[in-house]
Amino acid sequence: MGERRVGIVLVSHSGPVAVAVAELVKGLAGGGDTAPVAPAGGTPDGGLGTSAELITDAARAVDQGAGVVLLADLGSAVLTVKSLLAEGDELPDGARLVDAPFVEGAVAAVVTASAGADLDAVEEAAKEAYAYRKA
Amino acid sequence: MLDADFFRRWMTAAAAAVDREADRLTELDSPIGDADHGSNLKRGFTAVREVVEAEAPETPGAVLTLAGRQLISKVGGASGPLYGTLLRRTGKALGDAAEVSQPELAEALRAGVAAVAQLGGAAAGDKTMLDALIPAADALDESFDVARAAAEKGALATTPMQARKGRASYLGERSIGHQDPGATSSALLIAALAEVAGG
Repeated sequence: MGERRVGIVLVSHSGPVAVAVAELVKGLAGGGDTAPVAPAGGTPDGGLGTSAELITDAARAVDQGAGVVLLADLGSAVLTVKSLLAEGDELPDGARLVDAPFVEGAVAAVVTASAGADLDAVEEAAKEAYAYRKA
Repeated sequence: MLDADFFRRWMTAAAAAVDREADRLTELDSPIGDADHGSNLKRGFTAVREVVEAEAPETPGAVLTLAGRQLISKVGGASGPLYGTLLRRTGKALGDAAEVSQPELAEALRAGVAAVAQLGGAAAGDKTMLDALIPAADALDESFDVARAAAEKGALATTPMQARKGRASYLGERSIGHQDPGATSSALLIAALAEVAGG
């Protein structure tokens, strides 16, 4: 209680993908008392695409003052986050886009953040997920 | 000199052009994209026209900055942040001046185009909107009509190119032979500028 943790936002072209990945990572992080995670997938009317509004809402929802890591899948998801960061005042202080694989990076980020790691450590863990080779 | 009213009329003309050409843009986006370029830009520029008319910003820079913010928040596809960044950075480069000259606009537009290149990590020849915007911004030093012609020529020149950025790049050589939808809509934006300047 009282500990501020890094928040995680999952930005996908698809609402269901973002929601499902959020559920997956919370489950794998041990359920219960995990770092805050919010999905920001698809457009507000439920279509495929990216919504600046859903992203800023999600970032504010998970912001506890320890920074926010945004993970994005591809194309407009990445570009929208980058342009919101360039805007300056749309996202909470300490929000950053992290270059990581979407699912694996999300698991690494949430597990690390749930353990109380700081923003740099959470970013590093998410990036390191690229090192996990599957074949 | 170009005042805020000129820039508001540019945005209105751009919205009308996107409206008129939306079906064609989506058609171009079907073989090499996800067939939403026309409808996405139409939604974005309709919002731009409405907000620019409602808020009536008082400087050229404020008109473009407001328009850019609308595109980033309303489009839903990659063209939103890309066009949004183009207009916002161009607007910021124009600063607080009540009126700007054509060479000042040309210089500001080049700053906007550079920001788009940085955001998308693309360069000339990658079969993107930059292939219309880079020659247009350079030609704008000369005249609005030369810029329009340069943008149209640049858009047509994307047809034999192989896409190196975005979804179309997954198609590899199969992207060759299709005119790029983003370069085409960029040519529309520059044509709208020339139209407002000419009449």
